[in-house]
Amino acid sequence: MTNPNQEPKKVNMADAPEGIQGQGFFLTSLQKAVGLARKHSLWPLPFATSCCGIEFMATMASHYDFARFGSERPSFSPRQADLLMVMGTVAKKLGPVLRQVYEQMAEPKWVMAVGACASSGGIFDTYSVLQGIDKVIPVDVYVPGCPPRPEQIIDGLIQIQELASKESLNRRNSPEYQALLNQYGFQ
Amino acid sequence: MDFNNDLIASLKTEIPNGVLAVDSQTDIFTVTLERSHLIQVMAYLKTAVGFSFLTDLCGIHYPDLLSLGVVYHLHDLKNNRRIRLKTFVNQDNPVLDSVTAIFPAANWMERETYDFFGIQFENHPCLRRILNEDDMSYFPMRKEYPLEDASRTDKQDDMFGR
Amino acid sequence: MSLDKEYLTINLGPTHPATHGVFQNIIQVDGERIVSAEPTIGYIHRAFEKLAEHRPFYQITPITDRLNYCSSPINNIGWHLAVEKLLAVQTPKRVDYMRVIIMELARISDHIICNSILGVDTGAFSGFLYLFKQREFIYEIYEEICGTRLTTNIGRIGGFERDFNDIVFEKLEKFLLSFKEALEEFESLFNRNRIFMDRTIGVGKISSQMALDYGFTGPNLRATGVDYDVRVMSTYASYEDFEFDIPIGTTGDTYDRFMVRNAEMWQSLSIIRQALDKMPMGPYFADVPEFYLPPKQDVYHYMEALIYHFKVVMGEIPVPSGEIYSAVEAGNGELGFYLVSDGGRTPFRLHFRRPCFIYYQAYPKIIEGELLSDAIITLSSLNVIAGELDA
Repeated sequence: MTNPNQEPKKVNMADAPEGIQGQGFFLTSLQKAVGLARKHSLWPLPFATSCCGIEFMATMASHYDFARFGSERPSFSPRQADLLMVMGTVAKKLGPVLRQVYEQMAEPKWVMAVGACASSGGIFDTYSVLQGIDKVIPVDVYVPGCPPRPEQIIDGLIQIQELASKESLNRRNSPEYQALLNQYGFQ
Repeated sequence: MDFNNDLIASLKTEIPNGVLAVDSQTDIFTVTLERSHLIQVMAYLKTAVGFSFLTDLCGIHYPDLLSLGVVYHLHDLKNNRRIRLKTFVNQDNPVLDSVTAIFPAANWMERETYDFFGIQFENHPCLRRILNEDDMSYFPMRKEYPLEDASRTDKQDDMFGR
Repeated sequence: MSLDKEYLTINLGPTHPATHGVFQNIIQVDGERIVSAEPTIGYIHRAFEKLAEHRPFYQITPITDRLNYCSSPINNIGWHLAVEKLLAVQTPKRVDYMRVIIMELARISDHIICNSILGVDTGAFSGFLYLFKQREFIYEIYEEICGTRLTTNIGRIGGFERDFNDIVFEKLEKFLLSFKEALEEFESLFNRNRIFMDRTIGVGKISSQMALDYGFTGPNLRATGVDYDVRVMSTYASYEDFEFDIPIGTTGDTYDRFMVRNAEMWQSLSIIRQALDKMPMGPYFADVPEFYLPPKQDVYHYMEALIYHFKVVMGEIPVPSGEIYSAVEAGNGELGFYLVSDGGRTPFRLHFRRPCFIYYQAYPKIIEGELLSDAIITLSSLNVIAGELDA
């Protein structure tokens, strides 16, 4: 039974963006409002290939709960995901599959390369390993480590959240972004 | 060691000219076989002697001897004995019989050996590359090929100590 | 009158949540029933065997980590045992007992992943959360011993670089108690659960003759009724000093594989308990100065230690030429190392006998005629780890 004289518990809530507040209204820019919503509801697509995938499973589990950051629903369907997390080594054989998954995602989409193998090929400088996924798709955040600790993966997610909250609404239609996609061969 | 000597004696009577060399100094009794009698010896070892479990099958390349080899490890589970068999073929025309009919476990292991060394296994149900890309033009585990991909452009070999 | 029907081809693609790893199955189904399946692997082929030919012997340990990455210490220690066999080095008893404790912890952590993910695939998510908390305790023990959580690179050729300190023993005692409770809770959720039993009994049956033909080893073979365990048949690291049972199943279906792995976890707990109780005093490394880095204090003060340190790090160490085959009981079966050395600083040929690669080739045979959802459960219970499959 709660004591009515007790102080109400402080609950962590997202900070409101800068804006003008009045009686019954809040005035802010659309970009800030949309950024706030996107930031706290990124649905990841865990593209887990090897050892980093096991660290991701540990991040998703109860000790390092990933869902606190809004990634409650890991979606395995690219059409419904915002964030492509590539975790583990990508072989040259898997490159076209990764491109297809990236193409199927709807804008806005972000890519996080988790682990040394996804960032740059890792310790496997061999004939069969793709030396970094940025050879086939554009990457937003690189998380180094072999495998990175769950805290590092969460740090990477926080970086993506910063990118998502500050992104301008028109970025995906801008010519610079189109040029970036053309560089990789996407239309 | 009596078992090993008896085994060699019975092999030599059953399949003459099958056994090329015997090595009992290594950790597992090793027998080098003549490639044309490979299937007969394998079938004999499985049914008559009791080596019914194929533990391992792998290839090996000796560039100095210009030969490619295949090494088989068999295990007799009832009496807990192991044996190692080797056969060698010329590296320019490596053709061997497949033992998949005798040991179904050899299927993928022979595909892997073909993928890495280029040894053609006759009568294999489906001999194509398994781990590398299907259109790869060379057999990477042979000693003459380097570890890194020759077509990469981003790494400078002199900075990486190569 | 005959019915003209076409089969539907489904691509259970390389990236699929239900296949725990990157391998592809092209399945032909007749309604829900599978007619044929064709697996394709190699999507994470990292060329370990070629890589091993270019690295000195102790630099190969990090590569072996990435084989079955759910239980990396078993791979590391298996590799060290293989090299020690080549060098004919005898390790002290304390090293053996320490290795046994670490290997059994790794086996527990591998079976935790397999069984809890099997639960997730049948729809029961809670078991995964409860048991993964226990894995965090195992990771803490690894961190005390070697510094990392997952890809451990544990130990050295000849022993360990440092002894177990008091924190390790304290954490082990706490783990034995907490894991016992957690495993009992997990078993109470699954073992006699009506839905789980209906989903898994009679699914993915393998006869013991077929399992032996296809080279099965490990829990998958033991679930069919054959009690082949490398720890008993070709014993290593003083396993003969411990008393443990080998659990076997009867029909080789998914339920048997699940129960065999659960029972093996109980046996591993008992082995760790015995090792902790009987832990002998003694050195924590064997006397192999050519391979073992001398203590840092000696390196700073004595010439021989400095020379050995330099030679070991540069890899200019004498290795006898020869060939050996050494096997350990990994989480999935017999993990073998076939090592051919020609006296150089790197192996001439190193081949990993990977259990996943060998038993996965029987998968199309197992699921022929089964329903599609049963095929997913079968794949999950076989515990195919992509790193070990492709190497």
